[in-house]
Amino acid sequence: MKHNINTMLGACAIGTTAMLIGMAVPADAETIRWARKADSLTLDPHAQNEGPTHTLTHQIYEPLLHRDMSAKIVPALAQSWAPTKDPTIWEFKLRKGVTFHDGATFTADDVVFSFKRAMKQTSAMKELLASVTDIIKIDDHTVHIKTKGANPLLPNNLTNLFVMDEGWSKKNGAADPQDFENGKNNHAVTNANGTGAYMITSRAPDAKTVLKANPKYWGRGKFPLEVTEIVYTPIKSPATRVAALLSGEVDIIQDVPVQDLRRVASDAKLKVVKAAQNRTIFFGMNVGDADLKSDNVEGKNPLADVRVRQAINIAINRPAIQKVVMRGQSAPTGVIMPPFVNGWTKALDGHPKYDVNKAKALLKEAGYANGFGITLNCPNNRYINDEAICQAAAAMLGRIGIKVTLDAKPKAQHFPLIKKKETDFYLLGWGVPTFDSEYIFNYLVHSTTDKLGSWNGTRFSNADLDKKIEGLASETNLDKRNKVIAEIWAVVQKEVLYAAIHNQVLNWGMTKRINFPVQPEDQPHFKYLKFNK
Amino acid sequence: MSKAIKPASDPTSNEDEEGDRTRLQEIRDNPIVHSFLKSPVAIGSALIVLLMMLAAAFAPWIAPHNPFDLATLDLMDGFSHPMVPNEFTGKTFWLGSDDQGRDVFSAILYGLRISLFVGIVAVLFAVVLGVALGLLAGWRGGWLDAFIMRVADVQLSFPSILIALLIFGIARGFIPATERESAAMWVLIIAIGLSDWVQYARTVRAIVTTEKRKEYVLAARAIGCGPWRIALVHILPNTMSSILVIGTMGLALAIIAEATLSFLGVGVPPTQPSLGTLIRVGQGFLFSGEWWILLFPALTLLVLALSINLLGDWLRDALNPKLR
Amino acid sequence: MTTFIARRLLQAIVVLAVVALISFTMFRYVGDPIENILGQEATQADYNELVDRLGLNDPVPVQYFRFLGKALSGDFGVSYRQRRPVTQIIAERAPATLELAFISGLLALTGGIVFGIYTAINRDSYLSHAIMTGSLIGVSLPTFLIGILLIWIFAVELKWLPSFGRGTVTDLGWWTTGLLTISGLKSLILPAITLGLYQLTLIMRLVRAEMLEVLQMDYIRTARANGLPERKILYSHALRNTLIPVISITGLQFGSIIAFAIITESVFQWPGLGLLFIDAIQFVDVPVMAAYLMLIAVIFVIINLIVDILTYAVDPRARGTQPGSTP
Repeated sequence: MKHNINTMLGACAIGTTAMLIGMAVPADAETIRWARKADSLTLDPHAQNEGPTHTLTHQIYEPLLHRDMSAKIVPALAQSWAPTKDPTIWEFKLRKGVTFHDGATFTADDVVFSFKRAMKQTSAMKELLASVTDIIKIDDHTVHIKTKGANPLLPNNLTNLFVMDEGWSKKNGAADPQDFENGKNNHAVTNANGTGAYMITSRAPDAKTVLKANPKYWGRGKFPLEVTEIVYTPIKSPATRVAALLSGEVDIIQDVPVQDLRRVASDAKLKVVKAAQNRTIFFGMNVGDADLKSDNVEGKNPLADVRVRQAINIAINRPAIQKVVMRGQSAPTGVIMPPFVNGWTKALDGHPKYDVNKAKALLKEAGYANGFGITLNCPNNRYINDEAICQAAAAMLGRIGIKVTLDAKPKAQHFPLIKKKETDFYLLGWGVPTFDSEYIFNYLVHSTTDKLGSWNGTRFSNADLDKKIEGLASETNLDKRNKVIAEIWAVVQKEVLYAAIHNQVLNWGMTKRINFPVQPEDQPHFKYLKFNK
Repeated sequence: MSKAIKPASDPTSNEDEEGDRTRLQEIRDNPIVHSFLKSPVAIGSALIVLLMMLAAAFAPWIAPHNPFDLATLDLMDGFSHPMVPNEFTGKTFWLGSDDQGRDVFSAILYGLRISLFVGIVAVLFAVVLGVALGLLAGWRGGWLDAFIMRVADVQLSFPSILIALLIFGIARGFIPATERESAAMWVLIIAIGLSDWVQYARTVRAIVTTEKRKEYVLAARAIGCGPWRIALVHILPNTMSSILVIGTMGLALAIIAEATLSFLGVGVPPTQPSLGTLIRVGQGFLFSGEWWILLFPALTLLVLALSINLLGDWLRDALNPKLR
Repeated sequence: MTTFIARRLLQAIVVLAVVALISFTMFRYVGDPIENILGQEATQADYNELVDRLGLNDPVPVQYFRFLGKALSGDFGVSYRQRRPVTQIIAERAPATLELAFISGLLALTGGIVFGIYTAINRDSYLSHAIMTGSLIGVSLPTFLIGILLIWIFAVELKWLPSFGRGTVTDLGWWTTGLLTISGLKSLILPAITLGLYQLTLIMRLVRAEMLEVLQMDYIRTARANGLPERKILYSHALRNTLIPVISITGLQFGSIIAFAIITESVFQWPGLGLLFIDAIQFVDVPVMAAYLMLIAVIFVIINLIVDILTYAVDPRARGTQPGSTP
């Protein structure tokens, strides 16, 4: 089945054939109206590696295995998987009797095709398959994935790797992932043909997307599948989004501003459901440069002194931020790693005690008895209350004599400062889709090279540590690997490279008519949603 | 001299015209002053504007707290209700405190200071630029006139918000990060001022083109006054009443434009909030029950802008002899 | 006449070229588009390669002329964010904004004329004073605050009207309209009021002032002296002469209504051009920003041109050497 969801410019349909979007839809109990801050960027399943894009794609397409509403890995298109005798090869047994929305049968060929597509140059998912050397069809329902060296954690990387129909993709000229820089707008960007529980019926990007249940879904009887229609509207302004929920125009919003939780929860028809999110918010500091551009200290880098970093770390009153800025909706932490991640321990998580006097003493010891001035770069549209957190931190650092100049701007202008190493003191949040420490080290701890450390704005570089991080990828002995991970964390914590603030808490606001737990990756899978009868 | 020919409503006409009457008497008889004293709305608005300007000017002495001094803020003071002691710190705030523990009353005084400063300087900037270009265009005419008016057309084809966004865009590119906070206010002033000069230029140009054919100008020329002297001394004062009316309304617009730009995320830094920034922050708390964070700054802005507008309204009617 | 139009056309083209130059070069300095295209997980090598492929290392003039050349053929490139042709996105979004702007303009025009006439004729009545002051309150608050207050009152508390979006939209293939369904019309009310309020006040004051002036004119006095009925004097003589300048100014205001829709659209999540533009700024989507600015400039230049030509045709005085000399 093909759905042209393009607005069909120029294909001037006359009034009689006018398509009435949403007109024919009765507001019965099976329709769910869903809103969040941002829309999906593309329907091409391999063209973007980004949360809101994956959320929509997950309703339509399926990976071999996916994380359910509690973030546990469960079978999807693969029924089982295990490493073979050769530790560099994983075997996946595929589900039988699965069809794509257009009726085509799902086979191993589609898996091979999709993985190879996701490894192409124009794919945004290729990094996740960097260790994969080949993918081989064994029979119609078995595939082997071969990796460079052993990769015991390969399944973790596959939860967002969607499978497309080989025939449909090739027929419609979408054999390669969408290539935007050359103006390619392939068929798969605005059309979709997956195996998922929902099929797209209409889509106007950034305005409205309508999905309806797939009558031939393989999971009938296995999942609730009570939702028969999904109407998805991105609403950017927080006040408008909450207003839409309060006025009953939408059934669920994924991002309730923390100050409005009470109002939503006290509404007779609404409730708030929460869960710890897989994302940590923290400050990064330039520890590596000899002199800073954004401070008022000449010829020296105050942040290079570990005592200054310790002072900053204990001058931040995390419980106050949690109580006032976050209204209780955060979990203060001392490490840049959410509890979901392999390598997390309670000891690492414990945050240092807020102590102004000790912080002042440390500054004095380091030779900054009178403090110093520095610019703090902060995003203002990325994390929950990001700008307010920075403001609060600026005030707290002011108390120990560090005069902070706050520079808050949209993420599109903030992130380049970190990647281009143009900021000395910044706020960043980091989620860990692989649920493993290696991912954090690769991006935030390894010194910046062509391949690794791209988000390490600290200029920290330690060859010994780099070697340990690189070694993690092919270490098959998990006990040994975990020991190395602990060693690396010990260095990161001792050096106070980052001052962790808290882990975010997700708050979904929804009508009391539904029963829907919060997914820790902020990924609602509507096939699990149940209506309260 | 030309003075006698000028319309009686010209506000400058009472300056050097000394008769037997006392100065006070003369002021009271001036039609503008007369109309002012008879209009309670005008008196009330003028008083409010004056009061707010004084409050802004003396904010450091009136405000119980300096909201710009970050080191004195205590986050735990946050979200205190007006006149109710904070549950953690026990401190009481007249108009409550905001999400950062800032005293709302002090923040309004300091915010008013920034808003008024930005508004007034932006309008002055627009007036100087607009009057100069309008005078030049109207007086010289020819290609210069055509050129300036074409530039004005380009300018008009970009509505003010877009111009301000553009200027903010350039400023971000050229001003080093460390200077941005202090530069933000000046960028705002230039952005609002630049988007506003056209109407002054057009008005002045229109007046100049008609005035320069009038008898007194021809007379002044005949007795050998230089062209620039005529333009500045004789023609310019004739444009002043119109400029005053547009400028007054422009001040209200500039203050609101500042608020709007701050809503679009291109305002002054949040650590030194203007009235507009306070409203932007406050609107996030509209549904949550912390009404004071929005209500008091919004009310201040409303009363200020309304008073300026009413004053401008009165001024226009008072300066228009036809309507008297 | 032909030379006049030719000169105006030439000027219009120069204006557009300048606008293109300004919009393109300036936004080049806002943030970094690459970051948004690649996302968080990209490496430095990906980054450098993409900069090269997009030609962002070329000198700005080279980039500008490349842009201008393509723009002439209607090609504004591909949106960095949506990865679709900008022209297509703009065509999709334009109906929402034009419809909103049109309804707001209509509201402002009818409201402005009705209230303007009333306050001019009944200059000293209490209702007139109330209308004049009330309209000033409307323009003494920032638009975004008015919009949020309207949402709060009419959507959240009273639940009468929708708080966001266009409601049910009918797709005519080349145009989408919310005017054919109840929910579409209900969705239009709050944004149209928010957007039109400022213009309404402006037009009302203009009508009032013009009307007051016309009523002082000799021919009205003569008509009165000749015993013409007051109604006829007001509605056929005075009003007709009042409306000529009002209509031309309203025409010019249409451009700024479209531009001011930026704010209204962000408050009401109205899926139009303004929202697109604000999103584009946040994502540093240069092709969309540039195309939007060009579009606004084109609309404005066309309206200006029409108004100029009409004025020229209707009003012989404008043919002198002093265009626009009437205040």
